[in-house]
Parts: sequence; C-alpha cells; structure tokens
Amino acid sequence: MKPFSYVTATDLSSAIGVATAESKYLAGGTNLVDLMRAGIETPDRLVDISRLPLAEIEDLPEGGLRIGALARNTRVTADARIRDRYPLLSQAILNGASPQLRNRATVGGNLLQRTRCGYFYDRHSACNKREPGAGCDALDGFNRMHAILGASESCIAVHPSDMCVALAALDAVVNIAGRDPVPLVDFHRLPGDTPHIETVLRPGELITSIDLPPALPGHSVYLKVRDRASYAFALVSVAVLVSMEDGRAASVRIALGGVAHKPWRAYEAERLLTGTSLDEDLIHQAAEQALADARPREHNAFKPELARRLIHRALKGTIS
Amino acid sequence: MPGNTYVKARLSVNGHRHELELDTRVSLLDCLREHLGLTGTKKGCDQGACGACTVLLDGERVNSCLVLAVQCEDAEITTIEGLAEAGRAMREAFVRHDALQCGYCTPGQICSAVAMLAEYEAGVPSAVGAPGLTDAEIRERLAGNLCRCGAYNGILAAVREVSR
Repeated sequence: MKPFSYVTATDLSSAIGVATAESKYLAGGTNLVDLMRAGIETPDRLVDISRLPLAEIEDLPEGGLRIGALARNTRVTADARIRDRYPLLSQAILNGASPQLRNRATVGGNLLQRTRCGYFYDRHSACNKREPGAGCDALDGFNRMHAILGASESCIAVHPSDMCVALAALDAVVNIAGRDPVPLVDFHRLPGDTPHIETVLRPGELITSIDLPPALPGHSVYLKVRDRASYAFALVSVAVLVSMEDGRAASVRIALGGVAHKPWRAYEAERLLTGTSLDEDLIHQAAEQALADARPREHNAFKPELARRLIHRALKGTIS
Repeated sequence: MPGNTYVKARLSVNGHRHELELDTRVSLLDCLREHLGLTGTKKGCDQGACGACTVLLDGERVNSCLVLAVQCEDAEITTIEGLAEAGRAMREAFVRHDALQCGYCTPGQICSAVAMLAEYEAGVPSAVGAPGLTDAEIRERLAGNLCRCGAYNGILAAVREVSR
C-alpha cells in the first residue's frame, strides 16, 4: 500500500477544505481499504469523514425520508420507517455483502463502490478503468459476470451494488455538498470511452445524504440470482415496484442489477405495463422489451434470459 | 507527501488502553496481531471475503482487515481473547459439536456468532426473514464466515444450542 497521511474531519467544510486532488474521503472503508491494499486506489491523503454528523435518518416534510450518507448499511436495513415504507431498500441491502461488511459500510460509500471485475482488480491485466487507454482484457476474457446492457468496447464491467438497484427503482435523489441534487439514475455513468469516470461526482465533492420520495402504495420485490445462496455478487438482480389502482397498474418501476455499469432502469418495459392489468402476455412482452438491446459476450449469454425470467417472477410476486 | 504518515493512536482493546505510534497503513488486524500480540484474531484472505479476522468494534462485528487502526481512536475493540462469558459458552458448544477441523476460522466464527445473537436480539433483520432463529436464519446470518474444512453443520449445531 502506498503511504498516505490521515486527517480526521470535524465538520463538513473542513472535510472539503483539506481534500486535495490526490486525497480520498474515508468512511466505512470496506471497499477503499481493499482497493488501496491492491494498489488500485493510491491516495496520498485520507480524510476520515466518519465523525461528521451525517448518519441520521430523518423524515422529510412532504413524506419522504432522508438517509444520511454516513448511515451504516445495517442501520438502514433495521430502521422501522424503511422496513415499513421502503421494504425494497431493506431487502436489497440485506441481499448484499455480509453482516460484518454491512455493519461497517455506509450508504454514501455503497454508491461509490467500484466494480469487482477481475481484470480491474488484477494489475497485470489490461483495464481502461484502472489505466485509461490500456485496453480491456474482459472483452475476450472470462466475462461471465459482465455487462449485457449499455457497455462499450472500452469496458464491460458492472456496478456491484444491490442497494443502488433498489434506490433506482425508488427514484432516490443524491444530495451533494455545494451543488444541485442528482437523481440516482443519473448519478452513475455508462462507460463510453471514459470508464474510469464512474459517477458525476467531481474530485473533492462529498455526498451528504440520499432522499427517498414519499413511498408509493403497493408492493415491491427484490430478487437476486448469484452463484451461492448468500454473500456473493449478483449475476442478475431485479427490483420491482408496482402500484395497483382499481385493478390497473398506476405505476410500475423495474430496475436491474448485475447487467450494466450502473443500476439499469427498464423504462420502456415500465411504459408498456403502466395503466394495464399486468396480464401474462404483457408481462412477457415487457420482459422482452427490457432486454431488447442486450449484447451478451462469450460467457454471459445466459444473462438476458435470466433477467427476463427474474422480471417475470418479480412482477408476478408483486401482484400475488 | 502532505502530512505525516505516522500517527499516534489510542486504542482500547478488551478493556485495556494502548497508546501506539502507527504507520497509517496498519490495519486493525495487523495492529492486534503484530503490535499488541493478540494472535487469536486470524488473517485469512486480508480482503474482507472470509471473516477469519472478525472482531467486535463498539460491540458490532466487523472484518478487522478492512479497518485501519487509526480509525479506531476512542472505540472499544473486543477480540476472541476478550469475549469472556458469552465467548466461553460459544467456545464450549463449538468443542461439543465438533464445529472445527483445522480451527483457523474458529475465532472469527465465534466472535461472529456471539455478535450475531446480539444483533438478532436487537431486531436486526436478515434476507431470510423467517420468524424465529431457524437453521436457515443462522446460516444466512453467519454467511460472512467461511470454513474451508466445511465444518458448517457442527457450527450450525453449536450456535443453535447456544441460541436456546
């Protein structure tokens, strides 16, 4: 690990003040410390923000909820308001990582998790994300875990977070100190030819909280398929939220994980289902539509069908 | 290099205060083992994947390999050596149920299991979400601790016994 200095921030402005282009904010550290040990992240200063007063979960005046960026993942899953009004979020977080990691990891850090692509982690492999212009060994490599939607010839890595898939479906908004809030669906970027730029967050900027709009009445389901029963990253996951009114779907939200460089909202499929009674044929059509642009690679050709079946099962789960 | 890469850190481990001068890169795991001689906590993967290094930080189980020692200023750390009564009951159940072969993952398993029971009592949910601490619940809640010898059935039996 590269040597670094360590500063404990006592308030927000001093945290931002001591940050430099080569520094990193440290909260839970569950991803950052690992990446530093692997020599992938090489900050020369860590600004420890874990003592800033940003860990609260508060009601918003119009009925939503504000989750402080430093709220630990476990705390979010256990919060009575979240379990009651946003069970999708609690479920998604509980489907990720292990209890030890969730006890430590923060909500803000979860947003900024980096891909677990093996070529990104292996410094002897070519990776445009780790070293812009170096190439991508995943394209013709072992790409079973990789993206099928929105990828580029520069990068086919996927975003690893479960939490963010639920946040995308919930229309969450990311609050950043000193600038306008950013909808969660616009926070992460597609790789294009700059896969090393993963979010709209600029160097030195700090996430302060995440806002959830008032909860929709209705049912939600989070489904995740992975290589073992627990404690593994998603092959494919899906978050579905359905609000029925008089036998018709007033609102349908579908977000996919494990398929793209960001949590992936299936807007076209949602439009197809909104206002309908969600009959079997239409659900099939919507699942087809959601994966219409899928471009699998050699080892992940199973993903589109897996995603279609998960969407189908999740939608049926919200109706029953 | 901006600033000092060595810092003074005051750590409280198993009720004892320590004042150390540490390289900022030292993990809590290495601090416990190499600086304080508490070798009960084991280094498995050193990347947060195996759970062998599990300790309690302010009562909550964490992977000590992913925590920097300098982050633990003013925190209370409990290792397998300091688990006292709750640890003794779990340790004896592990022996009774043959919950280990090589034993390398065992301190992490025991720290994790003791903290898991406290989490369950405090109402922390899990992805299983069954009523009661069923076998499926115990397995899910201990998923962060791997055992290469595959002594999972014994571990499950030991934890089930202590939970009752």
